[in-house]
Amino acid sequence: MDPMDAIKQTYFQECDELLASLEEGLLALEAGEGDADTINAVFRAVHSVKGGAGAFGFEAMVEFAHVFETTLDLMRSGKLDPDPDSLKVMLRASDVLADHVQAAKGEGVVNEARARAMAAELEALASGEAPKAPAVEEAPAPAKDEWGFTPLQFDFGQLDSAPSSGWRLTIRPTKTMYANGHDALLFLRELSRLADIEVTLDDSALPSSDAYDPETPYLNWTVSLPDTVEEIAIRDVFDFVGDDCPIELVRLESPPPPPVSAEPAIAAPALAVEAPAVESSQGEEKGADKGAGAAKGATVASGGATIRVDLERVDRLIDLVGELVINQAMLAQRVAESGAARSSTIAMGLDELEQLTREIQDSVMAIRAQPVKSVFQRMPRLVREIAGTTGKQVRLVMEGEATEVDKTVIERLSDPITHMLRNAIDHGLESPEDRVAAGKPEEGTVRLAALHRSGRIVIEVSDDGKGINRPRVREIAVNKGLISSDAVLTDDEVDNLIFLPGFSTAATVSNISGRGVGMDVVKRSIQALGGRIVISSVPGKGSTFTLSLPLTLAVLDGMVISAGDQTLVAPLTAIVETLRPRPEDVRPLGPSSAVLAVRGAHVPLIDIGVALGLRNKPVDPTTGVILLVESEGGGRAALVADEIQGQRQVVIKSLEANYQRVDGVAAATILGDGRVALILDVEAVVEKRLHERHAPLAKAS
Amino acid sequence: MTNGEILNDTLELISFRIGEQEFCLDIMAVREIRGWTPATPLPHSPPFVSGVINLRGAVLPILDLKARLGLGVAETSARSVIIVAHIGKRLVGLLVDGVSEILAAERSAIQQTPNVGCDTVSRFVRGIVAMEGRMISWIELDDILPEQENAEAA
Repeated sequence: MDPMDAIKQTYFQECDELLASLEEGLLALEAGEGDADTINAVFRAVHSVKGGAGAFGFEAMVEFAHVFETTLDLMRSGKLDPDPDSLKVMLRASDVLADHVQAAKGEGVVNEARARAMAAELEALASGEAPKAPAVEEAPAPAKDEWGFTPLQFDFGQLDSAPSSGWRLTIRPTKTMYANGHDALLFLRELSRLADIEVTLDDSALPSSDAYDPETPYLNWTVSLPDTVEEIAIRDVFDFVGDDCPIELVRLESPPPPPVSAEPAIAAPALAVEAPAVESSQGEEKGADKGAGAAKGATVASGGATIRVDLERVDRLIDLVGELVINQAMLAQRVAESGAARSSTIAMGLDELEQLTREIQDSVMAIRAQPVKSVFQRMPRLVREIAGTTGKQVRLVMEGEATEVDKTVIERLSDPITHMLRNAIDHGLESPEDRVAAGKPEEGTVRLAALHRSGRIVIEVSDDGKGINRPRVREIAVNKGLISSDAVLTDDEVDNLIFLPGFSTAATVSNISGRGVGMDVVKRSIQALGGRIVISSVPGKGSTFTLSLPLTLAVLDGMVISAGDQTLVAPLTAIVETLRPRPEDVRPLGPSSAVLAVRGAHVPLIDIGVALGLRNKPVDPTTGVILLVESEGGGRAALVADEIQGQRQVVIKSLEANYQRVDGVAAATILGDGRVALILDVEAVVEKRLHERHAPLAKAS
Repeated sequence: MTNGEILNDTLELISFRIGEQEFCLDIMAVREIRGWTPATPLPHSPPFVSGVINLRGAVLPILDLKARLGLGVAETSARSVIIVAHIGKRLVGLLVDGVSEILAAERSAIQQTPNVGCDTVSRFVRGIVAMEGRMISWIELDDILPEQENAEAA
């Protein structure tokens, strides 16, 4: 990769983090939980995004970020109250900034009109307080004018007309600067490239040789630059050292004294301590970078040091550990076959190895575990947008953002959550008028929560809306031919109708949830991950969607079964119960199919061996074992296997990596004997058999 | 495999037997050669897909080259050999009767596949290497996986 591209990628990664902390900060302020530090963090986030954007020449982004930053700066210096109204504007501004970042990545376009309107709104917010705006803003103004925007109208013309003959720059290197490997000479050389400069050395601080500390810098420089040099160009020279090398930049013969007096506050460390709020952009440049790093560290693990690792390396490690687990199982099997006693040293050594392997596996999985926050943090924006489109007032409450789950699962959580939130707002919540009429507050609440429960991650999306309109759901299902008009259904069963393919409750298809995909798609994608989704609803009180997923997609708890001559693995999550049928429970139905009576209900029997084409004739169910599984839509089926070998955790291996998707097979794994075993896609097997009504059961594949 | 061909005039080829016929592959496409281990059959797969085996933790599909070339289904024995080869980013195992030798052939000495009016020949034989009175067919791997595969692998 081109080094510049690599840097750009890093910048984009940082942008994502900065945008997240920006939004988080604004939301905290909105909730009234923020303090001066929060405002500073928010300001730094925007500032850092802008800084990088400038470096890469994303001018539209710089332009917008600057306006945003200007407004935030007012808030930071206490000139603008962080009241809910201005925060709402800022939240929307952060969305626009995120659009800019996406556009810069080449993954989207910025709605120009929206961006301009947003900028205007921010400026209005800023200028509302303009008379009180401090002089701090004045000095940067002319330099930033080159970008083509007007941060604060009042000081602009004034400064442009101000006669000036140049810049005086004082450089005061600190100990840390030298310790970090920077050299004042390089700055001077860099500055000399900008223009003809005149450098004066100030050695007044130099002590006598006996008091001399070789590691303390005593020398300061004063540089005179002509006013043809842009301020930003000068500041850019020091971009990478920031606080480590305070500078003092003064425009000579500039009539208004405020900028002169305000500017030094940037530079002198002593002053900065006394008046941190007046730190100006240069000091901030560095602060922003540090702030970003610190914020990142704090969110990941409070206080602990973190490193950024290429995901591929972690995945490779996980693969290797998977192989180790398989190898260990193979070894154990060999030793068992060799007839070694369980108390023999070799068997005991193997036990220890097994424990170690398990621990290594757990630790490696923990590396890939991530808080669901990365998905959750995209949701407030989504909710704001949907609320805007639907004209409903929505408050999103999020809980358990720190809940950790494997990265592969996280990646696939986003779509179902998005869909469920859309659904909750679009279909669940009532309009403000209806809410008031129902005696509820105008603003609806949607709760998004994540928690761990019995080795799985549970995501709950609930709303305090009107609940599922059961008569209406029933009516639609009947109209669409999904159920017969005289079907007797429990409330739960009615609720579950919304998961049926082709069901959509919105009377009119809206562009929010009615995109041609319904809750059936959500259910299907959740099930593809080995998850389940349930719904509970109280009329007038609201609905709750609860989805539970395995914590990882790298290993799976499975039941090892045999069918035909093959060993197969059935995911435990799909199995409701296992049983050995009595002959009288198996009843033939139709020419070649049979059903099994289980506690009064009759479920279709499916021979796994036949379904997978491993044999032509089904085995007699009474000689085999039945796995009672639950299929999509809550229907049940009885899978017939020859026998159950045991229950075990298996490492999931993709078939698609070297081959392709195979019907009826979810993935593969490697068993203790080193052979590949296929993991059953229970849903697909059941679906396929039940929808092949015309095909004879004994059909050979 | 095109990525394996270095722009010089000599090709290195691995030759192998299937029944009475001799075939070869560009050596750059071959990752390893291993003995036969029983494969786990895949449901609903074409007859020339013998199944999958475990190649040090990866799931490797095994293609019966004999069946793929329309020469009948291979009978596996302890002497059968699996040639592990790259096709694009994928690894596949090719089941053959036995590996013979490594050949060096001048690129210019490779003859065009004669038209014998056979679809499998024109599809899977890239050229003919004539050497010491033998005729060795140079196998084209790009098309060797089952149909739907090619769309994805392309």
